[in-house]
Amino acid sequence: MPISRDDVLHIAALARIAVPTAGLDTLAQELSGILRHMDALQRVPSEGAAAAADDAREGMRLRADAPPRVPLEHPRESFAPTIEGRDRTRVPAMMDGFFLVPRLATHEDADEEA
Amino acid sequence: MTDTAEPLLMQGAGAIARAVRAGSASARSVVEASFARATQVDAGPGGLNCLVSSDREASLRAADRAPEDGALAGVPVVLKDNIATTWLTTSCASRILEGYVSPYEATAALRLREAGAVLVGKGNMDEFAMGSSTEHSAFGAARNPLDRSRVPGGSSGGSAAAVASGIVPVALGSETGGSVRQPAAFCGIVGVKPTYGRISRFGLVAFASSLDNIGVFGRRVDDAARVMEVVSGDDTEHDATSAPRAVAGFRTSERDLTGMVIGKPKEYFPASLPRANSERCERALDALRARGAEIRDVSLPHTDLAVPVYYIIAPAECSANLARFDGVRYGLRIEGDGLRGMYEATRSRGFGAEVTRRILLGTYVLSAGYYDAYYRKAMDVRALITRDFSTVFASGVHALFTPTTPTPAFQHGAISDPYEMYMSDIFTVTANLAEVPAISIPIGRVDGLPVGGQVIAPRFDEATMFKVAYALEEELGKEAHR
Amino acid sequence: MSGSPPGRYEMVVGLEVHVQLKTRTKAFCRCSTSFGDPPNQNTCPTCLALPGALPVLNAHAVELAARAALALGCTVHTRSIFARKNYFYPDLPKGYQISQFDRPLAEWGSVSIGDTTTGRAIGVTRIHMEEDAGKSVHDRFPGFTAIDLNRSGVPLIEIVSEPELRSSDEATAYLRALKEILLYAEVSDCSMEEGSLRVDANVSARPAGDDALRTRTEIKNLNSFSNVAKALDAEFARHCDVYDRGGTVQQQTMLFDAAGTQVRPARSKEGSHDYRYFPEPDLPPLVLSQAYIQGLQYALPEFPSARRARFTSSFGLSAVDSEVLTASRDVGTYFEEVARASGDPKAAANWVMGEVLAALNESGGPIADFPVRSARLAELITLSKGGALSSTAAKKVFGAMVAEGAAGAAFAGATPAGATPAGAKEVAERLGLLQVGDDAVLRGWIDEVLSEHPAEAARYAGGETKLQGVLVGFVMKKSGGRADPKKVNQLLAERAGR
Repeated sequence: MPISRDDVLHIAALARIAVPTAGLDTLAQELSGILRHMDALQRVPSEGAAAAADDAREGMRLRADAPPRVPLEHPRESFAPTIEGRDRTRVPAMMDGFFLVPRLATHEDADEEA
Repeated sequence: MTDTAEPLLMQGAGAIARAVRAGSASARSVVEASFARATQVDAGPGGLNCLVSSDREASLRAADRAPEDGALAGVPVVLKDNIATTWLTTSCASRILEGYVSPYEATAALRLREAGAVLVGKGNMDEFAMGSSTEHSAFGAARNPLDRSRVPGGSSGGSAAAVASGIVPVALGSETGGSVRQPAAFCGIVGVKPTYGRISRFGLVAFASSLDNIGVFGRRVDDAARVMEVVSGDDTEHDATSAPRAVAGFRTSERDLTGMVIGKPKEYFPASLPRANSERCERALDALRARGAEIRDVSLPHTDLAVPVYYIIAPAECSANLARFDGVRYGLRIEGDGLRGMYEATRSRGFGAEVTRRILLGTYVLSAGYYDAYYRKAMDVRALITRDFSTVFASGVHALFTPTTPTPAFQHGAISDPYEMYMSDIFTVTANLAEVPAISIPIGRVDGLPVGGQVIAPRFDEATMFKVAYALEEELGKEAHR
Repeated sequence: MSGSPPGRYEMVVGLEVHVQLKTRTKAFCRCSTSFGDPPNQNTCPTCLALPGALPVLNAHAVELAARAALALGCTVHTRSIFARKNYFYPDLPKGYQISQFDRPLAEWGSVSIGDTTTGRAIGVTRIHMEEDAGKSVHDRFPGFTAIDLNRSGVPLIEIVSEPELRSSDEATAYLRALKEILLYAEVSDCSMEEGSLRVDANVSARPAGDDALRTRTEIKNLNSFSNVAKALDAEFARHCDVYDRGGTVQQQTMLFDAAGTQVRPARSKEGSHDYRYFPEPDLPPLVLSQAYIQGLQYALPEFPSARRARFTSSFGLSAVDSEVLTASRDVGTYFEEVARASGDPKAAANWVMGEVLAALNESGGPIADFPVRSARLAELITLSKGGALSSTAAKKVFGAMVAEGAAGAAFAGATPAGATPAGAKEVAERLGLLQVGDDAVLRGWIDEVLSEHPAEAARYAGGETKLQGVLVGFVMKKSGGRADPKKVNQLLAERAGR
């Protein structure tokens, strides 16, 4: 089934990627073109094959509840993204040990963001 | 003991390590030779463009510190730029990680370093390993050393070109659907994709976690096996999908294949395969017969579904794996309108077109209403593809032989349709989906361009895979490059 | 049934409770879980979601989760699957939360509320494991939200109840019972203040007598049991009001404002989320053997309701006393040790409920650190019962043992439990509080008193028996309070030939 412009807008929003309006149709066509090849899968009966394979898989190894953790060889400030500081220089987006992001008023804005 | 006209660097990893261990060469001198070779072959951005970062002085210092008694003492190596190293970048050839230096080291990188290998550069690649040509790099396309108008293959094209051009004898790449074997075939070298879980993925920047493997390049089978022995093995402390299995030796002097049954799956020899390629494959099969192997026609009936399955599962996993690139803790950040604006500006500008396409595709196949039709279906068919392999291997077949790619290296810009590009993985994706080990080795040339042959073995039976590859390499001899 | 228009509508509530498991390190990496450290101090490549980092599951988190599930009567599955729940938020570093979705760790449990006659079992639908997110601080730096990832990756279980609660009282009863069990099972601190127990509530209203469920709303941000009750009542009343006016309830997420005791809609609408769950490819299935699960089952402690019943039947305690003594698992165990060692459950109950709990209240410490171990209290009770100590003296000895324990801990830096403190008898002797019951000594004191008070002695000998009390008083005074009054009475009576 072909992907519409609205579908592209919806999945781009979920993926936090801005797609310019001009590129919507091209992208919708490209993705539809790729997905058309996937229709071949519907031809083979496969119900439950993955579940059966999963049930045969070995379980994961667990680890002990103990240190040491994997150390950081460079400080967090060295890899933090940068923002414009005073004097228009780029400075790490960190303050007093916190990572900084553009302000959200409260946690509920998160839901709006979601 | 290395008394030949060929410079030590060109004699391979085994010869270098022997010389350094014996004290007849220093790690520093080998690393110097490696940098000289890079200059000689014009490895930089205007030339092969196979390295996205390197630092001669730092590498020489690392050479001076390298243990001189290791299995890879003094061996210069290139690591694909998606394998974490605490010096040089780990950018995945993406704007979103441009200049990023990892504060921790990948297990495979650590094991190489402890064996005495010296990092001389990070290999160019398709952004986040998504591509089959190393054209989708934020730092420009890499070139094929054998014909610079052509692609080196991808996504590990930089590592492959570095080995093929003689800058290093061995290198690490990564595979999700053929990204080591295909560039190995295109560049006329050896490329290994081990069994899933054989080499720890800790420190390999994830593209599609259930398919990703670190892989090994070498000019000779023996060098590839040597590196495999170093980087393989249990790392369940850092990677829950790592196999808690001891590593048997992969190197062998056995060249006799008597009693061995090698399957020739008909789905890998379609009518569309160019005749010249098909002839090189037949010559390779004759070589295997000459070593005593029985060649048996077999079938892996779900092979034609591998590419569609792959291009559902890999994008789905990638859409989640690449969500962490959000401008909050590391990497690129571009301010926008509030938090959401920052996310969208950062990700839209940070990711290239192919990565964006796959993230969107993956988001779509997982989204409400489509999951069952795409993702669940693909997982089911993946299980059928896996079953194809186990059925064949259970029927008395020890290994399979196939061509590695449907065509030799293509011209830059020759393929623009995404799905056509995806189809160049048609013979390699199956091994990733079925988690089995596979190796590509040179089996000849067509119009001067290398052709690769692939040996596939059962899970965790790299020993058989290598045994067949050693025998084939020796039997073909110089034919492998004709 | 507070808040509901009587009889016309019935409240239907299901609760989702998140509980932090008491591990030393995080669920998927070896960072510390300690609370209150400087921001981002307890972070590593995995919980910062650095490129290439991977999760490896903590065995102890699995054990605690399975133990909690068994304590709640769930079936623990031998095979469960982790999944990725995808959404963007700055305190969720990977852009997905590792959780469990269609194959959870455990299902089909229950929690009993109320007592054995009037109570009932509330179904527990499922329990799954997941990781916590970090913390967002919105008011610290102008223009920025600050992210602290110390909590990112801390192990949680989510306990989902069936929609079987019918009032806010039942909801709080369920939460209390649940918390009590989890504390007994020692899987979590269950502290709402520190965020180790968090509650989301799903509520709907339906006409009394209806079986069908109506549209529910989810209330988040509930930070105490009493706020859960308040929020449920307010939201239920809102639903009833909507229905009374002929309206329909929208399925949505509501936030509870504790200050205003109001429930208001979050800005987003339910359904705008699309979490795109899929199996976590970084983690193979979690496989637990039947033997492992059975081992955990056998090792479960006795739970409060069973223990209360046993205290009532075998120790003859009242229902109220049993309730007090089982409120904490450790206090219950302590009481039981004292009761058995002293052979006097009633006295043990009185001591524990009185002196011991008062002392614990004052020190604020747990009973594990209490200096008067159960054996010492039992010795004290035995001494008192045998007449070697008066009840006043026994309390003095107890006070001295508490004080010495505290001082010992403060000076030696050692835990009182680790030291070898003096026994009750030794302390009583040191304080000179041990009663003197030796006939010879007592006779000596009686002789002295009789000769010092010849007039009273004569009148007593002459048959004025009411003077016996006065004379006993003199003997007690002379003995410094140590004479056994019973014996003195006896000996005086003998002397008078009675």
